[in-house]
Amino acid sequence: MKAIYRRELGSYFNSMTGYLFIAFLLVMNGIYFMVYNLVSGQPRYATTLSSVILIFLLAVPILTMRSMAEERHTRTDQLLLTSPVSIRSIVLGKFFAMATVYAVPVAVSCLCPLVIKLNGTAYLAGDYAAILAFFLLGCTYIAVGLFISSLTESQIIAAVGTFGVLLLLFLWDGLTGYLPTTAAGSLWGFLALLILVCAAVSAISNNWKVTCGVLAAGLLVIFGFYIKNADSFEGLLPKVLGKFSLNKVFTNFAEYQLFDWGGLILYLSLTALMLFLTEQVIERRRWN
Amino acid sequence: MIEVKNLTKCYGGRCAVDHLNFTLADGQIYGFLGPNGAGKSTTMNMITGYLAPTEGEVRINGINISDDPEKARRSIGYLPELPPLYKEMTVGEYLTFAAELKKIPAAERESQLRRAAALTHVEDVWPRLIKNLSKGYCQRVGLAQAILGFPPVLIFDEPTVGLDPKQIAEIRELIRTLSGQHTVILSSHILPEVQAVCDRLLIIHRGRLLADDTPAHLEASQGGQTLRFTVRGAAGTVQNILTATEGVTHYHLTQNGDLTEAQAEVEENSDPREAIFYALADARCPLLTMLRSENTLEQVFLKMTGDEKEEGAAR
Repeated sequence: MKAIYRRELGSYFNSMTGYLFIAFLLVMNGIYFMVYNLVSGQPRYATTLSSVILIFLLAVPILTMRSMAEERHTRTDQLLLTSPVSIRSIVLGKFFAMATVYAVPVAVSCLCPLVIKLNGTAYLAGDYAAILAFFLLGCTYIAVGLFISSLTESQIIAAVGTFGVLLLLFLWDGLTGYLPTTAAGSLWGFLALLILVCAAVSAISNNWKVTCGVLAAGLLVIFGFYIKNADSFEGLLPKVLGKFSLNKVFTNFAEYQLFDWGGLILYLSLTALMLFLTEQVIERRRWN
Repeated sequence: MIEVKNLTKCYGGRCAVDHLNFTLADGQIYGFLGPNGAGKSTTMNMITGYLAPTEGEVRINGINISDDPEKARRSIGYLPELPPLYKEMTVGEYLTFAAELKKIPAAERESQLRRAAALTHVEDVWPRLIKNLSKGYCQRVGLAQAILGFPPVLIFDEPTVGLDPKQIAEIRELIRTLSGQHTVILSSHILPEVQAVCDRLLIIHRGRLLADDTPAHLEASQGGQTLRFTVRGAAGTVQNILTATEGVTHYHLTQNGDLTEAQAEVEENSDPREAIFYALADARCPLLTMLRSENTLEQVFLKMTGDEKEEGAAR
């Protein structure tokens, strides 16, 4: 893993990609910081960060698009996959290299609350907690990008796909508001979700027994609860999906100064899930 | 030792590799020979664990590559068809990275790198970016990567494609020096190449193993000679004479004006040339030319693979 981590990190700084990513984030961060905090006199740096997230959505695909797609395109994956290293360490090496590149602008932004403090009242604890949440949210985004990059040979498709998914995640809160709130609507929604999960399970395991098992268990649970107490399904779909809102967690940090442990665990577990799926996609490809 | 049992790889309905069985002994050089799309690369990709077989298994020194890929891959060095090079790295950086990937202990790394570089003659391009190298040097850097760490099994997929004759000779020489301590598998569709360096040939066609033998044996088993001659006279007369001559197995005649061109397959250890000459003389058909050629490996190969229509290339 160390060898792959070092090579990836080196390649980000040998090519323009790493510098471009860092420069882009720093410039945008600087502009927002100047406008919100320095000129308008906002004392909280966290507010600035919530605006930078949208910019960040644009930057992440630049970082992640080549991670797996290029290896496949140039066939260098043959070197990695025939070396005595596990797929997991390849995926982790790449992920940590990208997280390190991302850590550079985050580390620089740690100076901003101090700049505010020099000029008046600062809320250091809240701001640094928000920076931590921002970093972990970014790691989740990077893991999503890595996963999408592993699905394709084309960097363009990886970049566009990643941006699309990240935008969806960004708009998540707004979109869940449009979901049906009736009990029957929730039931259909859960069934649709179950089918999606089964499709993913089938694609990864390529084993219809496992897929049918998951389907049967899912149907049993959904209908069991529905028959037992149909009223509890009222508004359940948006409520459950709302739990997966990545932005809400960050808002808790930035706007409400809450240290949302559960949210950080959500970030970490989603990151882990994406890395696991990436590993599975690469392993599965050997069988096709 | 490499054991391949019932190895099969199917894409959709088509099998690129179809129930291959063979065992490769230590320290020998093996040549995979077959036309384009015969399944050579797919087989090599399965031996190295890059692809998983649809059916069957590969054991490297007793370790099943599907069960313990990391351990099995430690004993393999692989040069794929397209050398897996990172263009933005220098040769030195790339080979150092490959050494780290192969988990060569840091203490030995320097000497191993120097040895591999010396054998493949890449020392003088050491500080250069790979994207600026010529095709021949790229191939050599790929080779250096494969032999790094000097694993017991070396697999080269078409190592000399796109190289000039001098480079081809150098790579052949390198492969020869590697034999003995290493089991080498190299694939090619160029016959003289494998004939020159390989101890044994595996002829693969449409995913199936057609032959597994030494080059000399293959020539002998499928051997014999071919006589080509031109006669002034009717094809019918020549036909009668050839049918009556002992040792002639097949023949093919073409009449061309008052000339008849004949091509006759002759059994090994028999020489009917004089008999044919006197018979033709008795029939008053003057013999204008006669050529005798030994059946070469090339002809054996063409005979084995040529009877069926070639299909599209597999991955």
